[in-house]
Amino acid sequence: MTRISMTVDGVRYDDDVEPRTLLVQHLRDRLGKVGTVVGCDTSNCGACTVLLSGRSVKACSILAVQADGADVTTIEGLAGDGGELHPVQAAFHEQHGLQCGFCTPGMIMAAVDLLTENSEPTDAEIREGLEGNLCRCTGYQNIVRAVRAAAESMRTSVPSTPESAEAAEAGSRQGVTT
Amino acid sequence: MIPAPFDYTRVATVEDAVAALAGAGEDGKVLAGGQSLLPMLRLRLAAPTMLVDLGGVAELRGVRDDGDALIIGAMTTHDEVVKHPLVREHAPLIAQAAETVGDRQIRHLGTFGGSLAHADPAGDLPGVALALDAVMSVAGPGGMRDVRASEFFVDYFTTALGPGDVLVSVRVPKLTGWTTHYEKFHQMAQSWSVVGVAAAVRRSNGSIAEARVALTNMGVTPVRAHGVEEALAGAPATADAVATAAARAADGASPLTDGVASAEYRTHLASVLTKRAVMAAGGL
Amino acid sequence: MTVTEQRPGGEVGRDRRRKEDARLITGRTAWTDNLSLPGMLHLAIVRSPMAHARITGIDVTAARGAPGVVDVFTGRDVADLQGSMPCVWPVTEDTVLPAYPPLALDEVRHAGEPVAVVAARDRASALDALELIEVDYEPLPVVLDMEEALADGAPLVHDAAGTNRCYTWILDSAQAGTGADVARMEAEAEVVVSRRFIQQRLVPAFMEPRSTVVDPTGDQITMWSSTQVPHILRVLLSLGTGVPEHKIRVIAPDVGGGFGGKLEVTPEEFIAFAAARRLNKPVKFTESRSEAMLSAHHGRDQIQDITVTARRDGTVTGMSARLLANMGAYLGIITPGIPILGAFMFGGIYKFPAYRFECTGVFTNTTKTDAYRGAGRPEATFALERIMDELAVELGLDPLELRRRNWIERDEFPFTTAAGLTYDSGDYAKATDRATELFGYDALRQEQAARRAAGDTVQLGIGVSTYTEMCGLAPSRVLGQLRYAAGGWESASVRMLPTGKVEVVTGTSPHGQGHETAWSQIVADQLGVAFEDVEVLHGDTRASHKGLDTYGSRSLAVGGIALVNACRRVVEKAMPVAAHLLEADPADLEFTDGAFRVKGAPGAATKTLADCAFAVFQSHDLPDGVESTLDADATYDPENFSYPHGTHLCAVEVDTETGMVKIRSYVAVDDVGRVINPLIVDGQVHGGVAQGIAQALFEEARYDEDGNLMTGTFVEYTIPSAADLPDLVTDRTETPAPGHPLGAKGVGEAGTIASTPAVVNAVVDALRPLGVADVRMPCTPERVWSTIQAARAANGGELR
Repeated sequence: MTRISMTVDGVRYDDDVEPRTLLVQHLRDRLGKVGTVVGCDTSNCGACTVLLSGRSVKACSILAVQADGADVTTIEGLAGDGGELHPVQAAFHEQHGLQCGFCTPGMIMAAVDLLTENSEPTDAEIREGLEGNLCRCTGYQNIVRAVRAAAESMRTSVPSTPESAEAAEAGSRQGVTT
Repeated sequence: MIPAPFDYTRVATVEDAVAALAGAGEDGKVLAGGQSLLPMLRLRLAAPTMLVDLGGVAELRGVRDDGDALIIGAMTTHDEVVKHPLVREHAPLIAQAAETVGDRQIRHLGTFGGSLAHADPAGDLPGVALALDAVMSVAGPGGMRDVRASEFFVDYFTTALGPGDVLVSVRVPKLTGWTTHYEKFHQMAQSWSVVGVAAAVRRSNGSIAEARVALTNMGVTPVRAHGVEEALAGAPATADAVATAAARAADGASPLTDGVASAEYRTHLASVLTKRAVMAAGGL
Repeated sequence: MTVTEQRPGGEVGRDRRRKEDARLITGRTAWTDNLSLPGMLHLAIVRSPMAHARITGIDVTAARGAPGVVDVFTGRDVADLQGSMPCVWPVTEDTVLPAYPPLALDEVRHAGEPVAVVAARDRASALDALELIEVDYEPLPVVLDMEEALADGAPLVHDAAGTNRCYTWILDSAQAGTGADVARMEAEAEVVVSRRFIQQRLVPAFMEPRSTVVDPTGDQITMWSSTQVPHILRVLLSLGTGVPEHKIRVIAPDVGGGFGGKLEVTPEEFIAFAAARRLNKPVKFTESRSEAMLSAHHGRDQIQDITVTARRDGTVTGMSARLLANMGAYLGIITPGIPILGAFMFGGIYKFPAYRFECTGVFTNTTKTDAYRGAGRPEATFALERIMDELAVELGLDPLELRRRNWIERDEFPFTTAAGLTYDSGDYAKATDRATELFGYDALRQEQAARRAAGDTVQLGIGVSTYTEMCGLAPSRVLGQLRYAAGGWESASVRMLPTGKVEVVTGTSPHGQGHETAWSQIVADQLGVAFEDVEVLHGDTRASHKGLDTYGSRSLAVGGIALVNACRRVVEKAMPVAAHLLEADPADLEFTDGAFRVKGAPGAATKTLADCAFAVFQSHDLPDGVESTLDADATYDPENFSYPHGTHLCAVEVDTETGMVKIRSYVAVDDVGRVINPLIVDGQVHGGVAQGIAQALFEEARYDEDGNLMTGTFVEYTIPSAADLPDLVTDRTETPAPGHPLGAKGVGEAGTIASTPAVVNAVVDALRPLGVADVRMPCTPERVWSTIQAARAANGGELR
């Protein structure tokens, strides 16, 4: 057992772990942070993506002991204290960027990281930036749209108002969608 | 899946790492960024008894200017390498290739030295190191030593590193007056290179004065395309001349047939991609 | 009484954001693997590394003594407890139904078959103990290729069956009386085109690996499972194990995708059920991705020999399809029936007068196949649309023009096909015209001609695909004729709560489709209540005891009607209550916007449904004979399938030097009838198209010669990322379904069905001048390149 200490979603945890424990196992099985999920065993799917000291990593491909001392943000820690959604979360909802939702925690965390680095990505940059996250439901069309919308909303810092956005878009969606 | 149990130590210096590895014996293993090792542990394709984690060794991280060369610390992440101003200025080939490694998340943890030491034949950085005549600085039980890239990659997933060795840094000569390009071929964004070509070209008065070409995944180790280099030396900087030279790309290479591609296809790709890489590098 | 179905500004047709999202985007989702019960043990499974072998010994001694291990058992240990895996669709009287023990007894027949189980206090200990179990295997000969499996003297997958042939099923329009004789058409034809197409084996690859938790400690044994079919699972668990049905409760909590891959009742579920009963403790089994690749059923895997006959003017006169369908080593719940679902669709949108279909199911030493998105219909549509392109080349016609000359016109519906189906409605010309307009068809053809003339190393290809599908599975009467063991109805209940809020219980079982949202929209309009005031309950046999779950684009097409009917019954039950409260005659009332009022009296008093619900709750003053509830159930059994359709167009650029295919543009115009929620429908099309593109270009499950799966992880089985897929242009036409009160048809599988042939037709079109007439899927760069090489070698084919 190795003693580790980490801050997860703003709360500090000190635990003894087996060295072989993956960060994602530690989060899920020890800390009860089951919002972060596991979709593969080869680090392809990205469903387990969390922020480690602000940068996206796949929590299945790092040992908990390697994250000793780190500040970890999971999907559960992304919304504000009052429950207000992060702009990326809001955009995924608004743009229908999820269906079954299994890839969504990782996809959102990866998108948050991408937008931290590039606040105005092109569609191609969004697609490249999310290459480490697999989704089987959406064909990525609305995920790309959601990230684009989140970027816009974060740049302009206009608080998202779901129903007004819905109304504004209702007309435009009758026709062709791309 | 979950890895089999192992012991773990996190060291603070290279000296401690070498000592820890000496204590661990044959089944000790260095943990760098873990982006290749962790999936293997999870699938239980590897089961080391002791992992020596280099994550806390500050001296292994970073890029510095050493006059006519750059020194890239082995534990510098791909992400740091890609963005480092010195790398972008003096070794853009490394930045370009490192940006194609894995994905964002993997580049945040995976390291330059880790990729070289892992020596996956499909890995992009070994070929680049070979093209650039990089020199590896290795710490081992007998002290420090230098190993040239041409002698570092020994076999399939095998380097000149012994079980007690730690790759410390990589010395990359600055290529002043050269232009470079890395041409990676893979169908899927997540897939490894079927074949990759690292090319560096120095032009002079409408001709190619000198060229260096190294191939990824055209054998169990990266290989230099010496035939192409010879044919390009002094050749006119034209598409035809490049194509003629590139036809020799696979000369002497022994590409594998595996689940990804046949040797025949790889041989064909080597020529096509070499032509493209040299053209792009040479601004043609 | 008059009921106004459509409210102006109503919910149906509106882009409602999904109710489901709130938990999914915040990580508060109830995945099965998130569940942890007191005292719960974790299971791990030893799987066969051999494709075919006799088990001669299993030594579990060391594993039993390992730290944290509570139990280790083999198939022999639970032979009486584990039950046997059911197949509910023997398509013929003589379909071979092999014994299928959840845990192998004496013999393993595919790599990955469960052999022994460890139960331990935590997952890591269970996995560690697996390595201590010694299994002795005596290798048996392996058969993987379907044609080899049918040859005389082939090794047998099931010795007891005496054959690898599972069944042969035939539909002949001349014999059935639904059309002309194909043989006569072939004899008289001016043009005959025959091709063999290979439907490669695919993996559904839902993102959430399957997980099952079983709690045996209550009055009922409760199983949580990542399944599309909780209701079917409950029935088959009971029938398969002998545990009475009322002692089993099944819960499908949040389920992370299925695509047919979770339309299954699995050995792992049976094993977990047996383990929980044996140990009398809660157990959990969650598979790893590499286990999922090996053991969750695969899809497709057919060899298709197709012939079309036509006149020189382009009129198609007949179609015949002879299939070999790979069953794998065992039969899943509907394995034999998957190709039969396709049997009716080889005619697509066309008026072929003669049709013959023959399919032979074949056992091989591979993972079993079963439903994967579209289930039989993508295979049929692919073969049809590919051979239509080949026929167009043969006749020198533009592929769109050939289709125009053969499709059913909008005024010809209802149209009965040679396969015996009666298509309800459609407007194929309208969808096609819209697609060609959005695509810029003529301009792309011009560019293609220019590139061909210039001998460009990057060639442009244009692919056309039209489709219709039978969805809304299924009329029970038809299922009975096809020997399927269950019906095809669906069920809904509407509960009016005293405060006027509504609980809806549906027998459908969503796993990404957004039923909570769409069903709320339907109910809001039907009952005149707010969208927010509707709660949709599903996926727990205690709340929703009756249903047939979600697959086959059936939930809205069938379950939606049950829901509408249940809502109507609620209104009917409220009517006398409202009349009583309004002191009016029920016959004089109308129900509009959630309120009852006297007809033709706009300013008159009204009573809302909520008023009626509260009055019934109090029951202080109800008319005689009125029951103290407004709740209503409805079960609906469709009389026919519904038939969405569409036209998809794809442009690809093929690098003839490397074989790399890049999709340049993709247009999908689908007609799925009336749309409840456009946002959700677009999403279904996007995802479906992506999966169809993936079949065309990227995915294939491959075995080596010993029967080892070579594509056992996402490293080798390459599902596309965002960077691998194009931006999609989608649009719709709306031809309402005449048989549906909402006019809806169903959309879940449409994109997948249409897209695969569109992409492959584009690839072949690009390479046609090089002498290429087909490229086998997936059209990987090497396969494209080697096809070009072969064509060049065969005909010296430089660019013509």
